[in-house]
Amino acid sequence: MKIGILKEIEKDESRVAIAPKNLVRLKKLGFEVLIEKDAGINALYANSDYEKEGAKIVEKETIFKEADIILKVAPPTKEEVSKMREGILLMSYLRPATNQELLQELASKKINAIAMDAIPRISRAQKMDVLSSMANIAGYRAVIEAAFYFGRFTNGQITAAGKVEPSKVLVIGAGVAGLAAIGIAKSLGAIVRAFDTRKEVREQIQSMGAQFLTVDIDEDGSTPSGYSKEMSQAFIEAEMALFKKQAEEVDIIITTAQIPGKPAPKLLLEDHVKAMKRGSVIVDLAAPTGGNCVLTKPGEIYTTENGVTIIGKVNMMPMQASFLLGNNFINMLEDMRKEGQFYINMEDDVIKRAMVVYNGKINWPPEPISVSVQKPQETSKSPAVDLEVMKRKKAKRKVITFSIWLIFLAIIFLLLGQVAPKEFMAHFTVFVLSIFVGWNVIWNVTHALHTPLMSVTNAISGIIVTGGILLMGDDLSDPITILALIAFFVASINVVGGFFVTYRMLKMFKKS
Amino acid sequence: MGAQIQVAAYLMAAILFILSLSGLSTQETAKRGVIYGILGMILALVFTIIGPEIKGLEIMLIAFIIAAFIGIMVARKVQMTAMPQLIALLHSFVGIAAVLVGYGSYLDPKNQALVGVEHTIHLIEVYVGIFIGAVTFTGSVIAWGKLDEKITPKPLTFPGKDVLLVAIIILSAILGVFFVKDPQKYFVFLHIMTGLASILGIILVMAIGGADMPVVISMLNSYSGWAAAASGFTLGNDLLIVTGALVGSSGAILSIIMCRAMNRSFFAVISGGFGETGTVAKKIDGEVKSITAEEAVSILEEANSIVIVPGYGMAVAKAQYPVSELTEKLRKKGKTVRFGIHPVAGRLPGHMNVLLAEANVPYDIVLEMDEINPDLSETDVAIVLGANDTVNPGAMEDPTSPIFGMPVIEVWKAKTVIVIKRSLASGYAGVDNPLFYKENTRMLFGDAKAVLDKINAAF
Repeated sequence: MKIGILKEIEKDESRVAIAPKNLVRLKKLGFEVLIEKDAGINALYANSDYEKEGAKIVEKETIFKEADIILKVAPPTKEEVSKMREGILLMSYLRPATNQELLQELASKKINAIAMDAIPRISRAQKMDVLSSMANIAGYRAVIEAAFYFGRFTNGQITAAGKVEPSKVLVIGAGVAGLAAIGIAKSLGAIVRAFDTRKEVREQIQSMGAQFLTVDIDEDGSTPSGYSKEMSQAFIEAEMALFKKQAEEVDIIITTAQIPGKPAPKLLLEDHVKAMKRGSVIVDLAAPTGGNCVLTKPGEIYTTENGVTIIGKVNMMPMQASFLLGNNFINMLEDMRKEGQFYINMEDDVIKRAMVVYNGKINWPPEPISVSVQKPQETSKSPAVDLEVMKRKKAKRKVITFSIWLIFLAIIFLLLGQVAPKEFMAHFTVFVLSIFVGWNVIWNVTHALHTPLMSVTNAISGIIVTGGILLMGDDLSDPITILALIAFFVASINVVGGFFVTYRMLKMFKKS
Repeated sequence: MGAQIQVAAYLMAAILFILSLSGLSTQETAKRGVIYGILGMILALVFTIIGPEIKGLEIMLIAFIIAAFIGIMVARKVQMTAMPQLIALLHSFVGIAAVLVGYGSYLDPKNQALVGVEHTIHLIEVYVGIFIGAVTFTGSVIAWGKLDEKITPKPLTFPGKDVLLVAIIILSAILGVFFVKDPQKYFVFLHIMTGLASILGIILVMAIGGADMPVVISMLNSYSGWAAAASGFTLGNDLLIVTGALVGSSGAILSIIMCRAMNRSFFAVISGGFGETGTVAKKIDGEVKSITAEEAVSILEEANSIVIVPGYGMAVAKAQYPVSELTEKLRKKGKTVRFGIHPVAGRLPGHMNVLLAEANVPYDIVLEMDEINPDLSETDVAIVLGANDTVNPGAMEDPTSPIFGMPVIEVWKAKTVIVIKRSLASGYAGVDNPLFYKENTRMLFGDAKAVLDKINAAF
């Protein structure tokens, strides 16, 4: 099968669907790769880089004529669609929610199209999700650009010239981009705080080392789709107040809040920006959908009158992005040829949702899928209380059973003392005390030496040889002597073998 | 020489035995402990032999030389992976010796001459001693066969097994009453009981297998001790009693430790394998991500702290040597490498420690489960090598899992987990392992030794 990779013609799209490094895996899957001349040029990949990895450099027309699968980044234009052959598979961003016209065109040409930006957010599909991999880049880059425009160190330092406080970063929205931003800001030494309406991300935020900010109103913004929903008025007010207070304190704000199919929520108003210190930076990753800050100018970087730099675009690092995109594409292709045969399986949970045009039919919106972790409903609280009570009860029961055992033992001993001869009682005393000694000694044995413990106890239980010795006679035809001799013999193997193997084992234990 | 001197020598030997066991509390003092044990044994033997009325010295000397030769040969040759078998075999020797000493002691004319309560007590001692000895003997032989895979290692059980076991014990007790009343008339009952006890040992151990073997071995260890103690009673020999009691309680404690580590009661283990409970753990969603040895190498290159968790699979593949080599290589690169050992890993208590020691892994980087667990969240890479149930997160997270509540090594808390395993098959408990489906888990399929050799070659 032939895979064709087109050069991106959309303005500002410098990525390419496949990087040279991706080609090894693609070839392993058995695909022949045709790539348009100069497709990788804006992502800093030369034609020769692709050729070295075995791809064929061709003209645009060849791809339209020959390729069975076309990989692209930006949605195809009308012109591109018109040139495509019927029945091929197209994989690219399609923005299906807002691009009905394109879907219709694809359907009328019977092109099977997978929208890489509509992969369901389930863990199995994460490796194919371009939104996740791009969000990761955006989060990384947001911190880097913020640090670039911010006039101080991000980390705290104690130098000969004096002490520098670490800068404070607030991340709003802890999705993939937000979490990536937290991680990078943290590794640059900043103090990081993060806010999200979804309570379930608290742990994730804290595990990245940031402080989780929350408002006093109990409302959860999570939805089964994994994205967050719009919140109530009261919640928004409390949120605004929180942001106001934070705006006065922090140096860098990174906003990542987006709601699918809707313009980004306005979270930072004018007075928030005004409250910020001179020299502070806002990075608005929601700029493409209108921005989380009312003052954001999408696609621009500028400084407000009170000296706050607002960044409305980040460099998406096309070189890095292309490689990750390429992997997303390949992961998907790999999934589609599971049984060695490449085919479109519309039963598959991922394929049937991402395949927005199939066999001339538009398949949008797809049936919903639930990914959010179902929270156990408050069940954990009451058992915790019970556990405490149970523990105490258990301890009490233990004392009682122990006392009963002691009394029971005392009675047994008394009865035994009534009937047993003196000599037996003497042996019995030794026996019981030995058990106690053994009990206390053995608990101290380190776990690592349990095997040597067994072999050494083996050896010393070979002391039963003395039994054989005591019973031995001179006469080998006497059955007692024969029994005694055999007992003596096997027990001797035990003694010698047991000690020897123990010693051999212990010799192996060495310290570093 | 007076009998008192012999008693004094026995006392000294008993003290040396206790010191020997307490020496095992740390690796530093362990070797000294063995020396104490050997000294105690020599003391005991010498003073028994030079005691009054000892006959047949020459024959014994010859027998001892042959026995010592066999013992040393076996002990020198045995591979550390085969330690469980050897231990089981040695247990069976103690068992058979106890049976023989019991019979011998009964036939001894000195004891036949006893009268009254003393006679009765002696008969009971003989009877009980032979019973325990016989159970130990056949049980240990079966355990040896299972561990050596001469018999199927799978638990073999049948309906009504527990009833039969109880019936055998009760029947033996009834026969015992008759025997003690009139030993001359009912002497044959002693033989019948010996047969019954032998069957008991077989059924008992046949029903247990796989990962429950550590409990069986510990249990038989305990029995061999009680058998020795019982012989001590029949012979009126305090040293045997002391030693038997020490060994008996040692085995009992090991059994308890093993059972606790599996969160199962002793009786649950004895009455047969897992998987009959009928509960099915919930189905696991998620995807298995497999990697190649080369990818594993690059993950390890980037890691600073690594924890390796070995299981029985390491012993089967004899992978302790390549893992030791890998450890050394990683440590030379300045990485922290440690081992985490679950108490029931392997087929013998402490089995993993011995294997690692054999392969020259220093013991101070081999830690217990409780020592390693708090550190795992700070660990970059956890390598699971042939372990399964002992690293199953279901034991903590899924109340429907049959192994729920069993303490496990929490490898999934590490940043990345590499699981080296032949296939996705479930472990001894027959429970699916959600670990394989975790976000941060990478499966590296293949034979443990072959895979590690490949990784070693790449470094």
